[in-house]
Amino acid sequence: MAEIKTTMAGNVWKINIKTGDTVAAGDEVVILESMKMEIPIESEAAGTVTEILVEEGSFVNEDEVIIKLD
Amino acid sequence: MKLDKSWQERVEAIEQGGIKKYHDANEQKGKMFVRERLHSLFDDGTWKEDGKFANAEAEGLPADGVITAIGKIDGRTCCVMANDSTVKAGSWGAKTVEKIIRMQETAMKLKVPMFYLVDSAGARITDQIDMFPNRRGAGRIFHNQVKLSGMVPQVCILFGPSAAGGAYIPSFCDVVIMVEGNASMYLGSPRMAEMVIGEKVSLEEMGGARMHCSVSGCGDILVENETEGIQKAREYFTYMPENYLHKTEKIKPFAPEQLDLEKLVPDNQNMPFDMLQFIKGLVDKGSFFEIKALFAKELITGFARINGSTVGIIANQPKQKGGILFHDSADKAARFITLCDAFQIPLLFLMDVPGFMIGTKVERAGIIRHGAKMVAAMSSATVPKISVIIRKAYGAGLYAMGGPAFEPDSCIALPTAQIAVMGPEAAVNAVYANKIAALDEKDRADFIADKRKEYQENIDVYRLASELIVDDIIPGNALRETLIERYELYSSKEIQFSGRKHPVYPV
Repeated sequence: MAEIKTTMAGNVWKINIKTGDTVAAGDEVVILESMKMEIPIESEAAGTVTEILVEEGSFVNEDEVIIKLD
Repeated sequence: MKLDKSWQERVEAIEQGGIKKYHDANEQKGKMFVRERLHSLFDDGTWKEDGKFANAEAEGLPADGVITAIGKIDGRTCCVMANDSTVKAGSWGAKTVEKIIRMQETAMKLKVPMFYLVDSAGARITDQIDMFPNRRGAGRIFHNQVKLSGMVPQVCILFGPSAAGGAYIPSFCDVVIMVEGNASMYLGSPRMAEMVIGEKVSLEEMGGARMHCSVSGCGDILVENETEGIQKAREYFTYMPENYLHKTEKIKPFAPEQLDLEKLVPDNQNMPFDMLQFIKGLVDKGSFFEIKALFAKELITGFARINGSTVGIIANQPKQKGGILFHDSADKAARFITLCDAFQIPLLFLMDVPGFMIGTKVERAGIIRHGAKMVAAMSSATVPKISVIIRKAYGAGLYAMGGPAFEPDSCIALPTAQIAVMGPEAAVNAVYANKIAALDEKDRADFIADKRKEYQENIDVYRLASELIVDDIIPGNALRETLIERYELYSSKEIQFSGRKHPVYPV
């Protein structure tokens, strides 16, 4: 089981996956908006998405777990 | 002393290192015997060794646990010290230390590079009076490293532990290559941490190779096994001269990877792209050698060859944290720039930077002093410097990345470049906040759009060129040719930055 964490603080702008999707390492799973920039968050592991802990528009801190993988 | 053994037998015994048990333990961990490591590091697998008979009269201390050697690497003379972890876990006794010091002194006299192949448990506490505090105790190893720093390349490959005082050997080297799973650096072991401060932590988590290469920044290159580690060290060395008086030799040029650089860069300043791809499309194919690839990824540092000549690249990575500069990325840049400047390697800055990060977290981390470090290193570097504005260059980001005020030999803009104190969105909000608040809701959007457009026009790249802010505007796909010519034309650059003993370094 792996977790995907945010690399910096910002607002969740786009979620590119849904529960049950399979992701590969390096896939852009979420895009944050911060400092007027789009900040893609990549999965560091491969797996199936079991839980998405944020929704579009919510604020996230640096190092926050946003997605859980199986 | 009785001469009961022939010379041949003695040499063979020494060259076997420690007892079989320790060789087996190393093999289980995927570790090579120290002499095999040297065999693959040196050209043709040969070297001249000093102090082979050190402590030969003592039981179980062949070569006193370290091999000190001189030979050819990449066709050039180099000095090497290599711990033997089959002998008392590679720990340091008095003769171990003396041997290392002597080999460093040889490197200093000959002005040749020094390689450190580290795999050591640290000081032999039972021998402390003989090896720790005196003038030629272990402290002298570090003193010599500091003297050698910037004079000759110092390369460290970490195969195993580098503990306590020994952990400073890598820290004074130019580059630290760490073998995942086996290499570690720490001042106090997990056992000591538990005893002294009550912390329960694993070695991997506290001082493992991956941690140091991705979190602390003490490691530069993470490798999977020892063979790859040695190969990376040899490859790194091809970008280095033998000492500060020489330049890296030009080698056979290669065409870059076929990539359309103009297509790669999105017009929308806020959209990310992969700067590593941009670099690949710019430099000789296969020549990009990244330093600290896993640490502070929002900034890329590495060596490459452009038409066969070595350059050091510092590039923002918009794909990671928007390419914003953080305290760690500033630190990473400062270190890399200093390394290039020490060994006459020209610098190339590739800018796409929204500025430095803001907020409580980074202020408390001292982003200002770390940023100052980067600016100081960039500013005082006297090698040929070219800065290229690929897209945005906002705020102090422009300064830290070799902006026009810092005497780059040229500052080149791509047609997509944009220079400003801040981006249009932020600027309009900052300047017209009160006015926007006072407007009727229906007029707000139009007003903001108008002002943004006005601002855009004001920072248009042709306007900036007409004000002599940038020296030239070049399409992305013509950038490589421009760089090849300009670096060649600047190659006679020789300046003294300023007269003094040394600056008061921001740290």
